[in-house]
Amino acid sequence: MTTSTVPQAVRPMMRRRRRQKAAVGWLYAAPMTLIVVGLFVLPLLLVLQMSASNWPLFGGNQGVNFPQNFVRAVSSPRFVPAIVFTVQYTVIATVLLLLLGLGLALLVQESSRWKGFLRTAILVPSALGLASASLLFYVLYSPLVGPFAGLTNSLGIDLLGTPVSALWSTVFLIVWRFSGFYMLLMLVGLQGVPEELYEAARTDGATSWQIFRGVTLPLLRPTLALTSVLAITGSLLAFDQFYILTKGGPDNSTLTVVQLIYNSAFQGQNDLGVAGALSVIVLIALVIINAIQLKAFRAPDEE
Amino acid sequence: MIQITSRRAPVLRRAAAVVAAGALVPGLAACSDSPTNAGGATASVKAGTDGTDDGSRITLWTRAPLEKQAKLLVSAYNASHENQVALTVVPNDDYVAKVGAAAGSNSLPDLFAADIVYVPNFVKQGLFQDISANIDALSYKDEINKGHLTAGTADGKEHVLPFVLDLSVMMWNKDLFKEAGLDPDKAPTTLAEFASDAKKVQGLNKSGTYGTATGLNCGGCEVFTWFPSVWADGESVMNEAGTEANFTSDSAKAVFSTWRDLWKSGAVLPSSKNEAGPTWTAGFTDGKVGIMPYPATLLSSTTGFDVGVAGIPGSKGGESTFVGGDGIGVSKDSKKAAQAWNFLSWLMSEKAQVGVLAKDNDVVSRGDLANNEYSQKDDRLVKINEVAAKGQTPVSLNFQQAYNAPGSPWLSLTRDQVIGSAGDLSKQNAAITAILGQ
Repeated sequence: MTTSTVPQAVRPMMRRRRRQKAAVGWLYAAPMTLIVVGLFVLPLLLVLQMSASNWPLFGGNQGVNFPQNFVRAVSSPRFVPAIVFTVQYTVIATVLLLLLGLGLALLVQESSRWKGFLRTAILVPSALGLASASLLFYVLYSPLVGPFAGLTNSLGIDLLGTPVSALWSTVFLIVWRFSGFYMLLMLVGLQGVPEELYEAARTDGATSWQIFRGVTLPLLRPTLALTSVLAITGSLLAFDQFYILTKGGPDNSTLTVVQLIYNSAFQGQNDLGVAGALSVIVLIALVIINAIQLKAFRAPDEE
Repeated sequence: MIQITSRRAPVLRRAAAVVAAGALVPGLAACSDSPTNAGGATASVKAGTDGTDDGSRITLWTRAPLEKQAKLLVSAYNASHENQVALTVVPNDDYVAKVGAAAGSNSLPDLFAADIVYVPNFVKQGLFQDISANIDALSYKDEINKGHLTAGTADGKEHVLPFVLDLSVMMWNKDLFKEAGLDPDKAPTTLAEFASDAKKVQGLNKSGTYGTATGLNCGGCEVFTWFPSVWADGESVMNEAGTEANFTSDSAKAVFSTWRDLWKSGAVLPSSKNEAGPTWTAGFTDGKVGIMPYPATLLSSTTGFDVGVAGIPGSKGGESTFVGGDGIGVSKDSKKAAQAWNFLSWLMSEKAQVGVLAKDNDVVSRGDLANNEYSQKDDRLVKINEVAAKGQTPVSLNFQQAYNAPGSPWLSLTRDQVIGSAGDLSKQNAAITAILGQ
């Protein structure tokens, strides 16, 4: 709209209306703003303050000691092993979840007869909280009270006993718990692909593989971006499953970064300052990783 | 019609937004209104000998392993007093985190119990009020368990009384002993005898039955059941101040090598290898383990078979025990200290110690009440009370980080010495000292 066409007398009215509009806009945004400030910004500032302060769990804030907390956090003998393990776990979990999620989605989409049953069966574990699921598997894996105890004991397998078996037992739990959820996300993405494109491809004589490579995958790009961000962020922040299943054991082999933060704060060291410093390091790493991911998945024409 | 609704909708939405925004404000205001009382740490409780019983509501926290005793005590107190105690039971692993969070926000309950090995640190951090004047006024002060009182004493001021005592004792399944051709009434008097008893039970070759069990991924379990063998030899596990570890003595070595030998021979319940604590006693309770050092508080829950009880032997024939359990004190944040003391003084009385704890087959915290009507009925309780007198409670500020924490240097040491490569003990010992001395 150009101002020249508007008569002079109308202008103040419009300005008032625009101001009103802005005020209403702010009002709409106010509840969310309050929630974000109260539940995100303030805690974040608190963590930043902790990370730069001498702050024992029981003693409270004892004043600034930047950057000692960061030095102590990084020089902890568990810091590097925890990062290595977390990254290893993230790669395994993300690859498995995305592949399985996509595979199951394609399967469920194709099968017409068992569609409803399959979807429900695969999705049901997602209804269980992660902590409850972990407890369930803790009992399932237990060589003492677990239902497979007789079998695993006679085979000489201890499902949570060695670093490798503990990792894969946990990965199995995560796949069981989350693959349905990722299938659902992939299904939504698949349904967004217009049927005409498939028809056109088929008319041109494309094979199923070619259709998948040339039509499905490129059009799933936003879904793949979403799911990989979710899977990577979720796995890097893994805590519940390891806290309940392995406690970081055996011999600290399954200690994730978030567990390291928890242990620094509440299990022995009781130092909120060091825990805060670790949290800040993780936060920065996550921001960088997510930014790279979103950039990588951005469609060519958006750049 | 359409015009009307479309014109009214923004008004309604606007109204809804105002309401929503308004509803959030009081909530936020409440959040920012943090309590400012932080001076409680230095305050001391001054109440009459019995405190005040005026119908107040007192809050009490304890950790899950002592739930049974805590519930019995609280319900007996509530039934006989105007004051009412509200008990909160917290899972063992979350307890320190919960206490820490509450301490930081000045919202600790009036009374809280804590694992006695953490008490020195909690006292130093000022989480408990000084109750010296009240404790000193008790006529039976000298009879109260010394280990617990000492752990709660800082700068000559007492802050903590024993809530529930838990001793580690050697327990064996008499039925399995008989089956294995062992004398069911004869306790092992040395570590070597303990090992040979366990191997004999293992020798029964009964499926699912093992000679012994422990928690090899549970620092607290090992501290509780292995330290006494060192003490039994007259050795110590740490220096007096609790700043240096001493696990290079022959007595400590004997403990590690005995368990290493048991593990190698297959006489240890296999799940013990990664047992982090939650189910470390389950095998024995189920009657599937022959003999193990075990918490005395669980005596009343081992039913279905006959159990023998004795002190934990060392390598040279003495016996000792770890006087563990929880100490209890008035928190820095309590504004009802006089009422809280009323509960504590009742807790120390004969009514609570004998009428509640001894009746439940638990160990009493007062030496003069050790011989009571209930313990007389069961010679195992007499034995436990006898052993209690020979026990110790280790005191160290960094006990949790050095021993109990997952991945602690103590766990690294014991795992390596028992199921690992049995590497350089003095180096591993130094790693514990490094934490203790911080």
